[in-house]
Amino acid sequence: MDDVDRKILNIIQTGLPVTPRPFGELAAQVGVTDEEVVDRIRRLKAEGIIRRLGATFDSSKLGYVSTLCAMKAPLECIEAVAEIVNSYDNVTHNYLRDDPRLNVWFTVIAESHERIDEILDEIRAKSGIARILSLPAVRLFKVRVAFEL
Amino acid sequence: MIDEREKELVRRLQDDLPLVERPYAEVGEMAGMSEEAVIETIERWKADGTIRRLGAILRHHKAGVTVNAMGVWRVPEAHIEEVGKTMAEFAQVSHCYERPASEDWPYNLYTMIHARSQEEAEEIATLLSEATGMESYELLYTERELKKASMRYFPHGHEKET
Repeated sequence: MDDVDRKILNIIQTGLPVTPRPFGELAAQVGVTDEEVVDRIRRLKAEGIIRRLGATFDSSKLGYVSTLCAMKAPLECIEAVAEIVNSYDNVTHNYLRDDPRLNVWFTVIAESHERIDEILDEIRAKSGIARILSLPAVRLFKVRVAFEL
Repeated sequence: MIDEREKELVRRLQDDLPLVERPYAEVGEMAGMSEEAVIETIERWKADGTIRRLGAILRHHKAGVTVNAMGVWRVPEAHIEEVGKTMAEFAQVSHCYERPASEDWPYNLYTMIHARSQEEAEEIATLLSEATGMESYELLYTERELKKASMRYFPHGHEKET
């Protein structure tokens, strides 16, 4: 990754211009040709540095509800539990964390609270782990996804 | 709230934008809207918060940010607003949420901390603690990413019940 890549990433992780020719505008900002900008973005995607170039929606504005869930899975069962939890498209993030009290942390986004309850009940039944905490956000102080590179 | 045509635009925008000269025109073609209407709708959604961001989502470990710690804090209810706002001001904190505490899990404020090392994450947590006077907290480090995907809203053949 060189300085031009960094410049491009710093701009587009904050926002791609919403104009008819966004890549042309980006090219002018970083001082390369339109073609080079597109080639570099294509390469950064192929290298896996860019996971996706698109929109991130506020799920609540689309009528969806979300929550953060936590459970304790025995270490020897992590793979099996992860497979059960991850099988839902509603689960977008799932992390193994180093706290012995609660070590599997995942997010669930669904059309309704009832659907979230249903999914959690299914995960309880399939995993045999009865205790899953659901910690929906009460208040949001910050959501930011861009980092200075 | 969101009509069928707009749902189609959501479906298109949550995918990768085409890397062509006029991506919004191409997205519009797929969603049955003009380029102008696409741009106007995106601007409206950005303004009202429906779209949080239209841009690149990076894999941070590949971009040099390697440690991801979830700070969980016990904050007295009366101070939560002030503490939440103060912690949110730190650049190293990407997310800051209040969540319900319970008897067996007493934490009510959550901060996602991104750093280049565990040591740096601890330093950041100390700064947050000093800035707010909150001393009861834990850092839960990510041992492994088990899943990271983008949500796909309004999947086809699975219409949202109203």
